[in-house]
Amino acid sequence: MQALTSRAKAVERKPMTMWEKMYLPAIAKGMSITFGHMFKKRPTVNYPEKTRPFSPVFRGLHVLNRDEEGRERCTACGLCAVACPAEAITMEAAERMPGEEKLYREEKYAAKYEINMLRCIFCGLCEEACPKDAIYLSETFAPSNYTRKGFIYGKEELLIPDPVTQPEEYAKARGQHH
Amino acid sequence: MMHFDWVLLIEKCVLILIIISVSLLVAMYETLAERKVAAWMQDRRGPSRAGPWGIFQPLADGMKLFAKEEIIPTSSSRLLFVLGPGLAMLTAMMTSAVVPWSSHFVIGGHVVNMQIADVNIGILYIFGVVSMGVYGIMIGGWASNNKFSLLAAIRGASQIISYELAMGISIIALLMMSGTLSLREIVEQQQNGHYYILVQPLGFLIFLICAFAECNRTPFDLSEAENELNFGYHQEYSSMKLGFYLFAEYVNMFISGAVMATLYFGGYDIPFLNDAAWGAHHGQNWLAIFQVVVFFLKIACFIFFFMWVRWTIPRFRYDQLMKLGWNVLIPLALFNMLATGFIVLLHQNHWHF
Repeated sequence: MQALTSRAKAVERKPMTMWEKMYLPAIAKGMSITFGHMFKKRPTVNYPEKTRPFSPVFRGLHVLNRDEEGRERCTACGLCAVACPAEAITMEAAERMPGEEKLYREEKYAAKYEINMLRCIFCGLCEEACPKDAIYLSETFAPSNYTRKGFIYGKEELLIPDPVTQPEEYAKARGQHH
Repeated sequence: MMHFDWVLLIEKCVLILIIISVSLLVAMYETLAERKVAAWMQDRRGPSRAGPWGIFQPLADGMKLFAKEEIIPTSSSRLLFVLGPGLAMLTAMMTSAVVPWSSHFVIGGHVVNMQIADVNIGILYIFGVVSMGVYGIMIGGWASNNKFSLLAAIRGASQIISYELAMGISIIALLMMSGTLSLREIVEQQQNGHYYILVQPLGFLIFLICAFAECNRTPFDLSEAENELNFGYHQEYSSMKLGFYLFAEYVNMFISGAVMATLYFGGYDIPFLNDAAWGAHHGQNWLAIFQVVVFFLKIACFIFFFMWVRWTIPRFRYDQLMKLGWNVLIPLALFNMLATGFIVLLHQNHWHF
């Protein structure tokens, strides 16, 4: 029969030689291979103790940002929600009352801001759409949860700690860059 | 009037207690070692969460098995179903009675032999008990009233019977050289490095292969071939009854390692050292402790070898298994026996025909 490609190789069906029929040399060879593997470097990363470094462009959990004085940057304009292809973001706007200038940067702010992490595809379009640098994607990912409701992250989960009152937590949440 | 030796009774009871608990402890850590060795050979880390290096993993496994629901199928024969795992465990433990674990201790002028029973037919006893081991599998598989279990039980029985023949013949060659069936005497003959592996390499090879088959270890674990028999003979078992079956396998591995070390590798003899002279210099008790340690190291090597083979060689097909047993091992063992007999006779005749 003509071969379809030049790489075709005929299967050898010759009877085994005495040496091969003894099996023991082949077994010894196999066992030397497995024994060698005992001393190989293991690729496993012991996850909770050690984490694999993410690339600088990794898109993980969202963070709602504050400015240097600890005021929320978000003005609830809704551009992120419009940009979101998975429709994972909802928000409710509220007007800043007198006396709340220390809390919110602009006259309007997000009273409710929710991202459904089960819908989110972590594309980062919200980050690109935001005119106020109020939302960005961090280097952590959503931890597992027992309920679907647990994956709807509100402002408590998303908002970055206040840099004025909690500088350590703020630095930790900010991560390496941004 | 017969005087009953209470000291001997207490001594033996304590020894039995120690040996059984040590066998169980070793079997426990064999399960961890198996998982670790498997992991290392597959470039993984193995269990590492329960305690440092996973040393509490066997306890966690045991607790999990105890916490499982105990299911006895309604269509099973209840008595036999419960008897099966118990029998498997019992026969696994019973072999340890004739193995000499060390020479002897001297406690308060009293000589304590580190052997439960120095019967003069030690090897026959081992063969008797080992061949009973198949009943655990047979009864369990039969009582489960499940066709896969039954098939596995039949396989296990025929496999063990087939390999016992070759094993028995290979050991006859050894007995012709030792001239005794007592394990203690066999060990004493092997002092100072005259191990029987050196004069019986083929016999040892056959014995080793048969030991794998007797222990139902890969590549001969046909009775638990999960791709064709689901789980095999312990398909219907759950909770600690399943645990007993799995545990019995590890106890078997430990004991067969001990038997092989005793028969072919000098038992508790310390290699490259004159035991008696060392004992006279440092005291008999220290020698006995040292010998126990050495013996356990030898057993550990065998246990590692069992695992090493398991994670290297795939399972045999059933017809291959039978062909290997009947067409290869038995003729080889017969040849070994005849050749040994020939040489032993020649030796007795001072090398004259």
